[in-house]
Amino acid sequence: MTALDSAVAAPAIATLAVANATDGSRELRLAGRLDAYSIAGVWWQARAEVQRMRDRRIVIDATAVDYCDGGGVAMLVDLLRQERPPTAPVVVRGLKREFQTLLDQFDPASLRAPAGAPPERLRSVEEIGRAALIVERDIVTQIAFIGETSSAIWYAIRNPHRVRWKDVWYTCEQVGVNALPIVALISFLLGLIIAFQSAVPMRQYGAELFVADLVGLSILRELGPLMTAILLAGRSGAAFAAEIGTMKVNEELNALTTMGLDPVRFLVVTRILAALLTVPLLTLFADVIGIFGGAVTMVSFNIPILAYLREIDTLVDVKDLWAGLAKAPAFAILIAGIGCLRGLQTQSGASAVGISATRAVVSGIILLVVVDGIYAFIYYLLDI
Amino acid sequence: MPADPIIRVENLSAGYDGAVIMRNVNFTVNRGEVFVILGASGGGKSTLLKHMIGLYQPLTGRVFIDGDDIVSAEGEARYAILKKIGVMYQSGALFGSMTLLENVRLALEEYTALDDDAMDLLARTKLRLVGLDAFAGHMPAELSGGMQKRAAIARAMALDPMILFLDEPSAGLDPITSATLDELILRLADSLHITFVIVTHELASIYTVADRVIMLDRRKQGVIAEGDPKVLRDTSDDPWVRQFFRREAAVEPA
Repeated sequence: MTALDSAVAAPAIATLAVANATDGSRELRLAGRLDAYSIAGVWWQARAEVQRMRDRRIVIDATAVDYCDGGGVAMLVDLLRQERPPTAPVVVRGLKREFQTLLDQFDPASLRAPAGAPPERLRSVEEIGRAALIVERDIVTQIAFIGETSSAIWYAIRNPHRVRWKDVWYTCEQVGVNALPIVALISFLLGLIIAFQSAVPMRQYGAELFVADLVGLSILRELGPLMTAILLAGRSGAAFAAEIGTMKVNEELNALTTMGLDPVRFLVVTRILAALLTVPLLTLFADVIGIFGGAVTMVSFNIPILAYLREIDTLVDVKDLWAGLAKAPAFAILIAGIGCLRGLQTQSGASAVGISATRAVVSGIILLVVVDGIYAFIYYLLDI
Repeated sequence: MPADPIIRVENLSAGYDGAVIMRNVNFTVNRGEVFVILGASGGGKSTLLKHMIGLYQPLTGRVFIDGDDIVSAEGEARYAILKKIGVMYQSGALFGSMTLLENVRLALEEYTALDDDAMDLLARTKLRLVGLDAFAGHMPAELSGGMQKRAAIARAMALDPMILFLDEPSAGLDPITSATLDELILRLADSLHITFVIVTHELASIYTVADRVIMLDRRKQGVIAEGDPKVLRDTSDDPWVRQFFRREAAVEPA
């Protein structure tokens, strides 16, 4: 009979019978097959019995057990490890030799204490304090990173032959050229929707034409640069964090460091330069497409495209275009920088890269909003 | 041959997050020898290696590479030390976006004024040394684990360092590939007089390549044995050292 036959032939059940022995002890008679599939029923019965008979000696009679593996042993250890007075121990009797050796590998008493003390819960005040410290440290890190990056970029500008231009052009393609379709789609829809939403109410006053000014101003000054930057944070910021994070997990950053090559100069500067070169162009592209989106709506409201453009030309100044474009370099440095920083901060493990990419997008967008606010304040003061 | 130390580790203590892993470790590595750092998993071998190459800052102590302290060196002085060493990381750590040739060329591009053809040729000779010149145009992901490690050795040798640090060169490799690597190490040590510092726990390769070993132990927080591996196997008083060399299971729960 092969092992498989015997496994099929034996009834895959475990049974438990409880009796009082003549010497006053309580006897738990186990029988059948003790494996992980069969013991669930008898385990809790047996444990309940052991816990109920706290003052009596308990004998587990395993004479009729014909199979016992790791699962069965775990159950026996569980019964043996229960805390009991010395006058009322739990003993196992009649277990077959080969199963007994399995059981002998464990010292039930040592398995009594829960494995490792549970981490102490902090008081909520302390939790808040620690969280605040983490935020503070993160801000300090970001400031230090800005300094480190600025000095590396200054070095790159003074020594352009030391920059890895091949990497810069490659990143330009990734960040700029490949982003054109999504930037086009979003800014077209943005122009279209702003125009439509404002044209419907303004039509009641016969003022549809002024929609052109609204679209032109809001796209050029605010929405063009901001939407481009937010798209880029989601696309390229996350990509930078994931790329650099993976390099960190693979020890490639260590390899650079021991080759005497500064990862900031090598990985961060190329990416920031690429973003600096492409983001203003992308913003200009978004401006044009957004205004075109507005034009499509206007045409459907029976306003000729030339009238729309002339209206924009009269009210929207070139300085509005510059006001928007001036934000692009700052946004570029921000998105690329925060993406790289989060990548460099990647911890080890498979989930770490995902966490870094998420943090890059979240911090990127928060900082974008903050910086955009600062720009708005400065423009207000300068009356631009 | 009189001892001529090329690396001197003095009173090195190391640890993270307040936990001390090793205390007051002292040893020297002689010029031209193959020096192996041994120990159980989690015994601090790779940590010690990363302190020796200046990646980690020790709690106390100094590490002299060819007479200069890498712990306190900064700026140009640090680069000067780093040029004397090459490191092969456990995973190979080849740059995934570059071909093998570009990986090896990188250090040449950054540090030398050679023209393109010269750099290509130099990089190819390094790949030839490790038997991979036919794969110069391949990306790292297209190669097997053993080939990646050999390519990583070629990259580490790009600038002909005096010392090569190898972190677990044979981990995860089959016995034949691992023996090929051992042969490569011996060949490089003999022909180019490179000093090797190797972290490993592969007994077979230790007997083949090592001139001298030190053994680390986490419980004792430091070096528990130092010397010729065969001598240690036969004469060490430390039961743990004997067990390690005889591949016995632990008597006491580790």
